[in-house]
Amino acid sequence: MTSHLLEVEDVRLSFAGVVAIDGVGFFVDEGELFAIIGPNGAGKTSIFNCVNGVYHPQEGSIRMEGRSLLGMRPNRIARLGVARTFQNIELFENLTVLDNILLGRHLHFSYGPLAAAVYQGRTKREETEHRGRAEDIIDFLEIQAFRKSLVGMLPYGIQKRVELGRALAMGPRLLLLDEPAAGMNLEETEDMARFILDIKEELGIAMILVEHDMGLVMDIADRVMVLDFGRKIAEGAPQAVQQDPEVIRAYLGEEFESTDLHTAEVEAAEAAGRDGEPS
Amino acid sequence: MRGRPGLVTAYERDAAILPTTTQRVWFALFCLAAALLAAVAPDDLALRGASAAAAAVGAIGLNLVTGWAGQISLGHAFFLGIGAYTAAALGGEPGGPLIGLGLEMWIWLPAAGLVAALAGLVVAPIATRLRGLYLAFVTLGLVFIGEHIFREWDSLTGGIGVGRSAPKPIIFGYDLSREGNFLGITLSPEQQYFLFALVLLLVMGLLAKNLVRSRIGRAFSAIRDRDVAAEIMGIHLGRYKLIAFTVSSFYAGIAGALLWTFVGFIEPRSFSLTLSIVYIAMILVGGVASIAGSIMGAVFITFLPRIVDFFAPLVPFIEDSPTGGFLTSVQVEQILFGLLIVLFLIVEPLGLYGIWTRIRNYWKAWPFSY
Repeated sequence: MTSHLLEVEDVRLSFAGVVAIDGVGFFVDEGELFAIIGPNGAGKTSIFNCVNGVYHPQEGSIRMEGRSLLGMRPNRIARLGVARTFQNIELFENLTVLDNILLGRHLHFSYGPLAAAVYQGRTKREETEHRGRAEDIIDFLEIQAFRKSLVGMLPYGIQKRVELGRALAMGPRLLLLDEPAAGMNLEETEDMARFILDIKEELGIAMILVEHDMGLVMDIADRVMVLDFGRKIAEGAPQAVQQDPEVIRAYLGEEFESTDLHTAEVEAAEAAGRDGEPS
Repeated sequence: MRGRPGLVTAYERDAAILPTTTQRVWFALFCLAAALLAAVAPDDLALRGASAAAAAVGAIGLNLVTGWAGQISLGHAFFLGIGAYTAAALGGEPGGPLIGLGLEMWIWLPAAGLVAALAGLVVAPIATRLRGLYLAFVTLGLVFIGEHIFREWDSLTGGIGVGRSAPKPIIFGYDLSREGNFLGITLSPEQQYFLFALVLLLVMGLLAKNLVRSRIGRAFSAIRDRDVAAEIMGIHLGRYKLIAFTVSSFYAGIAGALLWTFVGFIEPRSFSLTLSIVYIAMILVGGVASIAGSIMGAVFITFLPRIVDFFAPLVPFIEDSPTGGFLTSVQVEQILFGLLIVLFLIVEPLGLYGIWTRIRNYWKAWPFSY
């Protein structure tokens, strides 16, 4: 019925009267890098939680290759090929980098608990095979040195990378990236941008990117959607969205008359005497 | 790889339980030493050793559900009780006033595990609905329900103050509770118990170790650390909590059956909250989410009464001391359990296993500090 990979229509989500998402609809195509931006509290992460099955929207439809995701548990949705990273790192911090990435491959194992306890034949073969896949991802993200380190002990930038690796290990069709560059310095942000572009070009995985770093979004996204107070106020190519008066108003308020969102935001941040740090 | 023991060239070898030859040799020597100890230990120590090994099986079970899967269970005593009574019912003397089918140990021991596992399977769905403190409360309720059933079901348990005798440990006609002869060495029943429990611990420990290094163990840890993220990885939380509770109860059932067989007598009041706490003390003192830690903890806690008895005459405020005192050695033990739990949680959360790793790493690097 549709050629889109993910199709979201008129989704409405409210928590006891507070409307978090108000009739938002968008689509993501195969291999596309779609960005969602918007001020704090605009409902960006809530959309991820809806696609993921963590939240259940009251109205609307979310379809992955024509199959409705509504009402499915997160583990079922993961099976359909939706992977995700989190704004605040949600790694399994008492496990090693390797175990975290192997957990990303959890769905691709097939042996049961009894076979696991005996640990022969198929169990050994599968463990070896998926260890190989995990190592490919470790190489891809250049985290070989941390393979056997406990994740909780690693620096923030590396943890962000491990989390991306864990999501990649799932072998997803659609990857949801929730602020992959939040709290990173310039160099780490550029590394992350490079990984995201590599994922797009080498692996061809479709991605939805939520990010506050406008430079990053405008550089790498194919299409951008702007949310404000749960409503979609603009959608289109990065340049077009940047010029949209509605978007400028949402970010900077009515009286600000600048035409370029990026410079305007930097000026606004400087005026506020801080670095434009997102929450 | 000759000459470069640290070089690993296959993933399978990297994931092995004992990856280097040195480790394998040490492990074999350790097993041999334990077996020799079993053959020469005096009866009272051999019985303690047997109990420690059986308790270690139970501690591994609790560690699987609490240490790995992160589901706090105060109900371990309930599953130990089910194991003990299943064994008693299947292995007990037939024809008496109490239920007894007179089966052999190779039937009643696995059956004790399976019946307990079944009970765990029934209880597990509660764990999928509750978390943390609430789960602790529900499993606490389990202990009280168990105590009540054991107290009232006279035809199975004999009732309070009466109890029943434990089943005879007979495997294929060989009675462990009679003096035996192995390669010209005479073994007392206690020494045979110790040997049998050691072999069983080796097998159960290996199975558990395999489980925790597999996808199942990783999923347990994921649920413990971040259950929302675990679900997004595709882990079915309900299914894995179910597996954790079932396997844990299986271990508890085996341990319960074995422990009370060694004691020879089952009293329905044994399976109280205190017993659950003792097992929690074992995994906290030994090391959370560690098989070796579970064993260390079980050994330490099982031998604690011996240690207390040994020192009791030397400490003034304990009754056994020449000056008399206001505390019995049992009270001292209970105070020590509590104190150990608190101390280990605060000072050494990794438990005895953590201490052992630190000592090992120190000597690995010696004479350099790092």
